[in-house]
Amino acid sequence: MAGWETVIGLETHVQLRTRSKMFCGCSTAFGAAPNTHVCPVCLGLPGALPVPNGAAIGLAVRGALALGCTVHPRSIFARKNYFYPDLPKGYQISQFDQPLATNGTLSFLSSERGIVNATIVRLHIEEDAGKSIHDRFAKATAVDLNRSGVPLIEIVSGPDLRSPAEARAYLQMLKQLLEYIGISDCDMEKGSLRVDANLSIRRAGETVLNTRTEVKNINAFSFVEKALSVERDRQVALVESGGTVIQQTMLYDSKESTVRPQRSKEESHDYRYFPDPDLPPLILTPEFVAEQQSELPELPGAKRDRFVATYALSREHAAVLTASRAVADYFENVVRAPAEPQAAANWIMTEALADAKDHQEQLRVPAGALAQIIALVKGGTLSNQAAKKVFAEVAAKGGDPRTIAESLGLVQVADTNVLAGWVTDVLGAHAPEVGRYKNGETKLMAFFVGQVMRASKGKADPKLAQRVLEEKLASAP
Amino acid sequence: MSDAKAVADRLSKVKRLNALLTPLKDLRKSLAAQTAAARPTGVLYGMPVAVKDNICTVEFTTSCGSRILEGYRSPYDATAITKLKAAGAVIAGKTNCDEFAMGSSTEHSAYGRVLHPLDKARVPGGSSGGSAALVAAGAVPAALGSETGGSVRQPASFCGVVGIKPTYGRVSRYGLVAFGSSLDQIGVFGRSVHDAARVLSVISGRDSRDATCEDRDPLRLPTVPESLQGFVIGLPREYFPAELDPAVRRACERAVRLMKEQGASVREVSLPHTPYAVPTYYVIAPAEASSNLARYDGVRYGPRFNGSADLRALYRSTRGQGFGPEVRRRVLVGTYVLSSGYYDAYYKRAQQMRALIAQDFRNVFDRGVDLLFTPTTPTPAFKAGEKLGDPISMYLSDIFTVTANLAGLPAMSIPIGRMKGLPIGGQFIGQAFLEDEMLEAAYALERVVPATDEG
Repeated sequence: MAGWETVIGLETHVQLRTRSKMFCGCSTAFGAAPNTHVCPVCLGLPGALPVPNGAAIGLAVRGALALGCTVHPRSIFARKNYFYPDLPKGYQISQFDQPLATNGTLSFLSSERGIVNATIVRLHIEEDAGKSIHDRFAKATAVDLNRSGVPLIEIVSGPDLRSPAEARAYLQMLKQLLEYIGISDCDMEKGSLRVDANLSIRRAGETVLNTRTEVKNINAFSFVEKALSVERDRQVALVESGGTVIQQTMLYDSKESTVRPQRSKEESHDYRYFPDPDLPPLILTPEFVAEQQSELPELPGAKRDRFVATYALSREHAAVLTASRAVADYFENVVRAPAEPQAAANWIMTEALADAKDHQEQLRVPAGALAQIIALVKGGTLSNQAAKKVFAEVAAKGGDPRTIAESLGLVQVADTNVLAGWVTDVLGAHAPEVGRYKNGETKLMAFFVGQVMRASKGKADPKLAQRVLEEKLASAP
Repeated sequence: MSDAKAVADRLSKVKRLNALLTPLKDLRKSLAAQTAAARPTGVLYGMPVAVKDNICTVEFTTSCGSRILEGYRSPYDATAITKLKAAGAVIAGKTNCDEFAMGSSTEHSAYGRVLHPLDKARVPGGSSGGSAALVAAGAVPAALGSETGGSVRQPASFCGVVGIKPTYGRVSRYGLVAFGSSLDQIGVFGRSVHDAARVLSVISGRDSRDATCEDRDPLRLPTVPESLQGFVIGLPREYFPAELDPAVRRACERAVRLMKEQGASVREVSLPHTPYAVPTYYVIAPAEASSNLARYDGVRYGPRFNGSADLRALYRSTRGQGFGPEVRRRVLVGTYVLSSGYYDAYYKRAQQMRALIAQDFRNVFDRGVDLLFTPTTPTPAFKAGEKLGDPISMYLSDIFTVTANLAGLPAMSIPIGRMKGLPIGGQFIGQAFLEDEMLEAAYALERVVPATDEG
């Protein structure tokens, strides 16, 4: 790809987390039997009319505010007209030339360019279409309208991304932000986050925007980078062999890892947008917008900065801990329990996150219990090794860390008489090492401590063991 | 209050008009059940109300006078129907109309034309011609129709009954099958101002299912005024052109004289953008219709014509055969005016003109005029077939009525005389949500006008 720069903009559709649909009272729950969450409105029956869902509008405004957009006091619902069997009214209610919000920013970390501020060109509200199911019945397409009318926001970025990897990083940051503020669960597998990409290429150093293609059907997070790489490579190969990119829609095939042009028949060229006469202009009062602002939690960036300042964590650690709201809240609960911040951070970044990864992202050890484990280590009652065992046990079965430590016999032995016994055994069994130590090879102390820990099956207090070892070695002949 | 059998008998007597789409057998059965279930405490207890076929009812089919919805049964009642039932009224069948309410003669119905009750060679007007004809023939005291550009007032005028179109947003549109959503309102026919007004009062008021329905209490019925003292009635000169039918002009002049005699002051006013109303209407209404009618594709309900495996062929055959020529014409026009490259030249300019037309009315009302009085139609009922080959001349029969729809104002037609036996209607146009003032004037005029006399 030498000499070429990729220019990418993303259009992301996100399902808002509401109980009911955008323009009727039907449930938005995922996975119900086909065509059971439907009514005259979302079926598009003759005479039915849409009524906007105030909760969805509130969530959309929160999303716009979190992205730093200008939220417009007056926006217009418009009809996007096209024929398809899963579009029951023959039009989709969306917003067109007067969207809810415009001109925001999403900052993300690019591995190539550092911090990138991508423009959010616009954010608007729309309803989802139903779902066409082509593989359920032979020679027939089935239509499920449970999804028809589910509230979505579409977030359109500027052409500000410069590689498939940046597209992925942007999307990850967007997903993190929207999950953080609780407006969507952003689950690509359930279709609550969908992305289409506009991609063009240009010679490095150029600033023009060349003809772009739209890449659709990127139906899993892991395909984003791959799909866009395939399309970029196709365009580069095409141009390098003397061809020209034409504006068209490319469908990504994840099985073949290829893109193919959508048949022109499948494309709709003129949506004949016009203001929906069934819906008055959407007027947002300053009070309503302020209320949504007050509902926003601390955003990830601000939280990361605060963690650095308040808890004296490194930026990297703070970034890991603020990557999800659940982990950040967990960290602060452990610290508040109380526990020393750096120790809490270390425990969470290693043990807690590893455990969560294997258990559906559940943080299974209560914050108070983790703080107690940290305290037991600090107080010398548990070795680090023993503490990890206690952590695993609390995670699996619950219970009080100290009681578990005792019942598992993991409480450190701090009795010098008992320790002296293990030390004598160890020194007796390793006469050559004792000799080398006495000849100045003092780094062998770590070896002796290790052997004592082993002899004690992890129960010895390592600091005390070292002291006893030093005494014995000094006094031995 | 009428009993079920008497209602059905009266309707069966006027079967020849082809005004009722509901088979009489079904109607008799349903009327008996509805009468038994009707709420005796309701203000319309036992009143039979016929309903235009584009208003959804659980009883009977709702076909909109179209093949494409032949046999369609709505699973829900329109809000207006729910309110009628709550008031104790019974739904006395569905009435024939121009397909999807597109027409001014009820000749554009897939189920045949409706005959004028007084002259079978003539049309009853449209698009709510079935409802108007049944009320005029005395089969029901009141009926619901719908308006987009005059479809209640024009047939009321032709048939010699009272027809009211309320302010846009006064009556919920939920369950009214959409034609031009920004213009559509359910309207009412009655043999008298009072019959029409009390039905209107019942169906009016807020509805959480229609975002364009105003959050207002139902219309309160005014009492019949002792005089028209204090009323300022404007006569817009654009509505009395030189070529106006002389009989219509004479009837209007007599009505004006009768209102003056009751104390009204009358002045000539001007609504300068009136000449643009019909072209403006015939951009906006088809544009909205082209989108509103997109849902009739044969996929989910209604008949499928030629169930081809090819999706586009299915759309083409269902919509090509399911819609009649007038509907197809308007869908094509509407699609064209919304197309990219034409939107600004047609739809956007029509919206700008619509705003100017509405401003015309505000200017007049701001200068102390309470109400406007005009002829409802340029001529009495015309002959069947007379305008079928000439859509423009058909469209011009709505020339005096479309403005109230474009401006969203309340308007009504009342009988003010006859010419060679054919009724002539006079129109009041009122201020937004001041139906009560308009009704007061109509009561006063109705009391004195010899509506069945030759003008």
